[in-house]
Amino acid sequence: MKIIKIQDLIHRYVRKDDDGKEIETIEAIAGVDLEVEKGQFIAVLGHNGSGKSSLAKHINGLLMPAEGTVYVKGMDTQSEADIWKIRQTAGIVLQNPDNQIVANIVEEDVAFGPENIGVPTEEIWERVAACLEEVGMTAYRMSSPNHLSGGQKQRVAIAGILAMEPDCIILDEPTAMLDPKGRQDVIKTVHRLNQEKGITIILITHKMEEVVEADRLFVMDHGKVVMSGTPTEVFARVDEMKGYGLEVPPAMELTYELRKEGLPLPEIIMTKEELVKELCQLS
Amino acid sequence: MSIILDNVSFKYKDSSRRNALTDVSLEIKKGEFVGIAGHTGSGKSTLIQHFNGLIKPTAGRVLYDGQDIYEKEFSLRELRGKVGLCFQYPEHQLFEVTVFDDICFGPKNLGLEEEEIKKRAEESMEMVGLDESYREKSPFELSGGQKRRVAVAGILAMEPEYFILDEPTAGLDPKGRDKVLKLLKKINQEKGITIILVTHSMEEIADYADRLIVMDEGKVKFDNTPAEVFKHKEELESIGLTVPFAADLTTDLMVNGFVPEGSPAITLEEAKAMILASYKKDR
Repeated sequence: MKIIKIQDLIHRYVRKDDDGKEIETIEAIAGVDLEVEKGQFIAVLGHNGSGKSSLAKHINGLLMPAEGTVYVKGMDTQSEADIWKIRQTAGIVLQNPDNQIVANIVEEDVAFGPENIGVPTEEIWERVAACLEEVGMTAYRMSSPNHLSGGQKQRVAIAGILAMEPDCIILDEPTAMLDPKGRQDVIKTVHRLNQEKGITIILITHKMEEVVEADRLFVMDHGKVVMSGTPTEVFARVDEMKGYGLEVPPAMELTYELRKEGLPLPEIIMTKEELVKELCQLS
Repeated sequence: MSIILDNVSFKYKDSSRRNALTDVSLEIKKGEFVGIAGHTGSGKSTLIQHFNGLIKPTAGRVLYDGQDIYEKEFSLRELRGKVGLCFQYPEHQLFEVTVFDDICFGPKNLGLEEEEIKKRAEESMEMVGLDESYREKSPFELSGGQKRRVAVAGILAMEPEYFILDEPTAGLDPKGRDKVLKLLKKINQEKGITIILVTHSMEEIADYADRLIVMDEGKVKFDNTPAEVFKHKEELESIGLTVPFAADLTTDLMVNGFVPEGSPAITLEEAKAMILASYKKDR
């Protein structure tokens, strides 16, 4: 079943000068078609300004299409009657953890979402407990979010979305402001939610190391999807990726360079271990 | 010409915990490009604030060109003009109406003549690659990478002898990151300004720094060339750091006898050269 279906999506914004005169119109999304199966782990790669964040905001109805349609679980995001259902179905986690924490205590922050959609009190607390457990933050239930690290704050934000029992979670560069440890914790949490709870994940990022285990990758550039496929298929196209200002895993890049020099290596080598093995078989 | 930390220890006043720094002794010489690495909480941010007198050591001395910076006749104000410090997310500290005004802010505070301020600001803009057209723009219309270059230009305009940057590439995409790092290399080589780069990324240090200082629990764990430090893969991993892919790979290839024993490669180019040399010798 398709949980997300995007057809011919165009998004424009208008830049104005100080007097409110329109200077230019920019197409942040310039005709995107994209489908996501339920339960998949999808990654959208692209450099800053490629349109990937705008795309994320379309999927949960924070932005409305200028042209084209976005369906979430069959609901059109432009249908006002469905908008709350859509946002509950597809929750979004943003880049800066400090911009999405609303309460003074962790458990109240997680409870904020379900409270807003009218979940009965008792069930709210059950959900809060379960969701904090899910992201490994139970020990901080009564803490002030101010005292948490960036990675911990992001996991609280994810718990807050989980408490709405979504089918899909969109994460817009969730690790950009985190240190390596916080980054790992968040990415691991997201993978677990995908595998154990079957939640569809759409991860927006420019860090190639976060997407190697995704089911499918989409690369965006200038508002268009320019590449798609499994991580292996996409990363094998080293020059193209670099042309879009992106990186490929270092093993892949080095393999590509060595093959150019005539070393008889297989075309696709994703990890250090594989590369060591292949090289040692040469001699 | 150098900054010397002589047996510096530091403890935060309200903290019952251990020292933030313990017995740190090191010398940063004029013209170096130094990388400082360490996981969150290792003391690296505390360390760099000692270099320009923002933090006063609990014990030990800080010497600038041989002079104790806490002696009466020493001017800390002058020191801060000579040792520029760029915090994380410096773009959050931009506040002037135009890019040019923002860059002028630092030299203005040094009490320079109007003409000199303008000259320096113009030179700095050119150095960071922002052409005339950016001069009257609002800093807030710029991209993340551009804003960061404005912040860097503001510090450059103070003509520091030492330039410390805390995670200058955090949150930037690969293109933006390369631009900032290349800029730092250029500043180092063309102007002879000492660069002290604090980062989580060992790849950045391998590609750009001549010297690597690793902090752990408030102490200097390693202080050597990157190639020497990267020989200690297991110790680095035990304190939450990684070695660059090239060092990791070539270390394994040495163990397997594919390349001869010696220092590991630290960049992908070096790894490529090393592998090609061994491969051709075997033919």
